[in-house]
Amino acid sequence: MAKAIREVYGETIKKYGELNKDIVVLDADVSGSTKSAMFGKEYPDRFYNCGICEYAMMGMAAGMAKSGKIPFVNTFAVFLTTLGSLAARTFMSYSGLPIKMMGAYGGMSDAFDGATHHALEDIAMMRTLPGVNVMVASDAQITDWMVKTAIEVKEPMYIRLSRDAAPDCHPADAKFELGKGMVVREGSDVTIIACGLMVSTAITAAEALAAKGISARVVDMYCIKPIDAELIEKCAKETGAVVTAEEHSVIGGLGGAVAEVLAKAGCAVPTEMVGMQDRHGESGPYKDILHKYGMDAEAVAAAAEKAVSRK
Amino acid sequence: MTNEKKQELDALCLKFRRTLIEILHEKQTGHPGGSLSVCEILTNLYFNDANISPENINDRSRDKIILCKGHAAPMLYIELAHKGFFPVEELHTLRDINSRLQGHPCSKETPGVEASTGPLGAGYPLALGVALADMHDDIDAYTYAILGDGEINEGVVWETAMNASKFKADKLITILDWNGVQLDGTTEQIMPMGDIELKWKAFGYNTIVCDGHDVAALSAAIETAKSVKGVPSIILAKTVKGKGVSFMEGKNTWHGAPVKDADYEQAMKELGGAQ
Repeated sequence: MAKAIREVYGETIKKYGELNKDIVVLDADVSGSTKSAMFGKEYPDRFYNCGICEYAMMGMAAGMAKSGKIPFVNTFAVFLTTLGSLAARTFMSYSGLPIKMMGAYGGMSDAFDGATHHALEDIAMMRTLPGVNVMVASDAQITDWMVKTAIEVKEPMYIRLSRDAAPDCHPADAKFELGKGMVVREGSDVTIIACGLMVSTAITAAEALAAKGISARVVDMYCIKPIDAELIEKCAKETGAVVTAEEHSVIGGLGGAVAEVLAKAGCAVPTEMVGMQDRHGESGPYKDILHKYGMDAEAVAAAAEKAVSRK
Repeated sequence: MTNEKKQELDALCLKFRRTLIEILHEKQTGHPGGSLSVCEILTNLYFNDANISPENINDRSRDKIILCKGHAAPMLYIELAHKGFFPVEELHTLRDINSRLQGHPCSKETPGVEASTGPLGAGYPLALGVALADMHDDIDAYTYAILGDGEINEGVVWETAMNASKFKADKLITILDWNGVQLDGTTEQIMPMGDIELKWKAFGYNTIVCDGHDVAALSAAIETAKSVKGVPSIILAKTVKGKGVSFMEGKNTWHGAPVKDADYEQAMKELGGAQ
């Protein structure tokens, strides 16, 4: 079983914390959950547990970024991007301060805690902020790369993580790049453009589709902003149909971003959007709520079949 | 503070108030009330207590001044221009299209502006973050955060206060522009804060009350603040909104009202006549 993304993140931030002393880590009383505590235990003098003060935490990170630090700000994605949003807009976006917002428990991964704790609008909110890079981690390997990139690139970033484990979906020698997406499975009838844990779900869906004679390409669009418009257009032209798959509202997130690219390019292909259909979720086992709200492999495969049938 | 220094700073304050009325009359936009009340607080910092200048602006070991109450931007710009951060003539571009002098301070555009402020409360945790970074790196510098008394309605101010206290931010010196008036009315009418000094004390602060229009008193308060170790300090500076212009004093309506021709004539007369 693959390691939980949050565990991977905790180990990664601790690892890079050793290499770069400018890294500071802030958390809002959930460091045991986000796993930022792994850094805190190792480097207590560079770890700030700000209490349940998300807005102040973001502002403090802004001041530290202004002073040359590389602040990683941690809490549940839903709280970070709502309570922290004014500081994100004013300091990360408007002022360009290179804060690294780490959205823990992305999507519905905090399943049992229910709708109040699900992050299903975070990507849409962060994507509207000028100058803020937005990425979604799909497996352990890319999580490491995202943390490394956040340290190296002196720009504001929102990185969405997950509470749960994700099957590896990239080859060991994969080369990731900010602003790019990656084809993780070739196919010719339809392209499933996914992010986060939905990438491995899309691969499962593609396998089921293959059995039905549909050849589905799968793209990990790990960078939502800036988005790889070239790859989207190429896939749309080559396969003639597109499905977007995300653990997020179909409004304003990956689906919205892909639709914007296709519309702008004048590349009208049948497009289906898998994601939360403009509603809120509920408590339950993760697998069950993903199924109920149409974000499992079955739903992705059905959307792909529909897109192909519309050609 | 020597009498000479006090006279020098008082003269600057008078000059800056005249410039403020002139610019706000010319532009017919901008916030006079809070700019006038914060005049001595800013002038004492920029021209006396804080070690900050265009020459050392990129040096982390200098002091930092964060105007959390960003709507007092016109007075901040006047201070910065006279400090040499940009030409004084540029003040006439306040709020113009293509101007570097935005309605609220923009750290990316305007030389000398430490932080983009305006959303009330937001600047305060930023100031704390700067102070904590300096403290972590053993940099012997002070960060001054200037809050409005309406601004402290914001919850984030108290979130920050808890953190400043927890992290023993004694290099953060907060100054409250305690003018008793906010946009919609007096602070008593809009959001009575009760015993403000007691509130800050309860949050673990060393508190100092002083006359916020007396530069010598402000400077002495800063000295006292610096001498207290292990806890953050706040200077509760008693001020008058619209200070120096009789018909603006204590009036919430002058928070952001345009200065008309007759107001301009009267205000300039009160601020020393035609010069």
